[in-house]
Amino acid sequence: MEGFKSVFAGEDKIGSMLTKRIIPCLDILDGRVVKGVKFLGLKDAGDPVEVARAYDLEQADELTFLDITASFEKRKTIVELVEKIASNIFMPFTVGGGIGDVIDIRNILNAGAEKVSINSQAVKFPELISDSAKRFGSQCIVLAIDAKKTEAGWEVYINGGRTPTGLDAIEWAKKGASLGAGEILLTSMDYDGTKDGYDLDLTRSVCKSVNIPVIASGGAGKLEDFYECFVETGADAALAASLFHYEVFTVKQVKDYLRERGIPVRI
Amino acid sequence: MIALIDYGMGNIHSVKKALELYGAKTKVTNNPKEISAADKMVLPGVGAFGDAMLELEKQGLVEVIKKEAKSGKPFLGICLGMQLLFDKSQEANKCKGLGLISGEVKKFEGLRHKVPHMGWNQLKDVNPACPLLKNIPEDAFVYFCHSYYPEPSENLVRVAACDYEVKFSSAVWQGNIFGVQFHPEKSQSLGLKILENFVKLC
Repeated sequence: MEGFKSVFAGEDKIGSMLTKRIIPCLDILDGRVVKGVKFLGLKDAGDPVEVARAYDLEQADELTFLDITASFEKRKTIVELVEKIASNIFMPFTVGGGIGDVIDIRNILNAGAEKVSINSQAVKFPELISDSAKRFGSQCIVLAIDAKKTEAGWEVYINGGRTPTGLDAIEWAKKGASLGAGEILLTSMDYDGTKDGYDLDLTRSVCKSVNIPVIASGGAGKLEDFYECFVETGADAALAASLFHYEVFTVKQVKDYLRERGIPVRI
Repeated sequence: MIALIDYGMGNIHSVKKALELYGAKTKVTNNPKEISAADKMVLPGVGAFGDAMLELEKQGLVEVIKKEAKSGKPFLGICLGMQLLFDKSQEANKCKGLGLISGEVKKFEGLRHKVPHMGWNQLKDVNPACPLLKNIPEDAFVYFCHSYYPEPSENLVRVAACDYEVKFSSAVWQGNIFGVQFHPEKSQSLGLKILENFVKLC
């Protein structure tokens, strides 16, 4: 593992080989993986365990499952699914989407997920962050923030990007970290689906404001996008969905590209 | 039979399934009799040190764990379960640990790096004599997710380190007692290899 030159502005990499993580994100509907663009034209894309296994073989560093099921049976099916995944795939994964309370979080963690991501409910009830961090540890509580550019900065949206909150994304990230979130999953609504690259300004601003890991999300379309994200923002991980689902690139290709350019990744 | 000690501090499922891959019979339990009857014990756990010790005490598990660990039964602590093996933690100053390995659990403090230490990092100074780490190469990547780290009083107890600005003990070994700060059950093939080694211990 010699030969990694530091390419990180203002960051001292000496004394750590903690690698940058590449995280495929899978949308789950009624217990199945679905593909679609912005919730339209959803198509069944297989059994989550099989899809996860394929990513495991590609050496994805983590997986994120986003449950978009809206039905009444949702809570039960997601817990059953988490158990099934954890019985078969021995890598870290995060589960998010419609998490309501500490009991939901407990059930998902007990079923074998490494982390739970909370979004809308954390905005409505910020004590959900502190309560769950106190109970289960900060390391398993991910605060998901969907942010959209405004004249002044970025605004936080909830309910799958439909509802503006008036909250400033940077301030909300700081508050989330101080309440005990262990990581931030930061999605740029402006860049999501564009394939124009991650929102570097947004990601950089959040990374500068908190001292917990930040996952950049939204906009990955090319190999360079991952490189730019890591070199220019201080992000700890980069998440992508369609890029991997549609096999534009494999996780391995992304990691090889990064490694050749001096970004520490696990291969 | 391997007893997986279930004291309500999360995530036993993956460890159980991983051990079973290698033919182990497992029992998820908080029953002292079943723990005594087992050939081996695993103490998993995520969350806070103080809460975890409180749960172990409330459920009457502290004595049986200490007794069985001292009897020579192979015992593996994972993540928080590893930290509990020590005397005390900066996370809960008034609370005693199991005290099976001499030392203290410390907080990552004053680092330029982010806390929690979350993600894939390398094992350093791997001691090949440790049966748990058999066939685990130097620089192997494993998955970490923690804000505190153990510091054994005796250097010899450390069988693998990890660099995160501070060089801390990522694996410890004292006789029949093993502890790993990372999550072998989440560390893909190399992590599974470590759990296989534990299953195959005599």
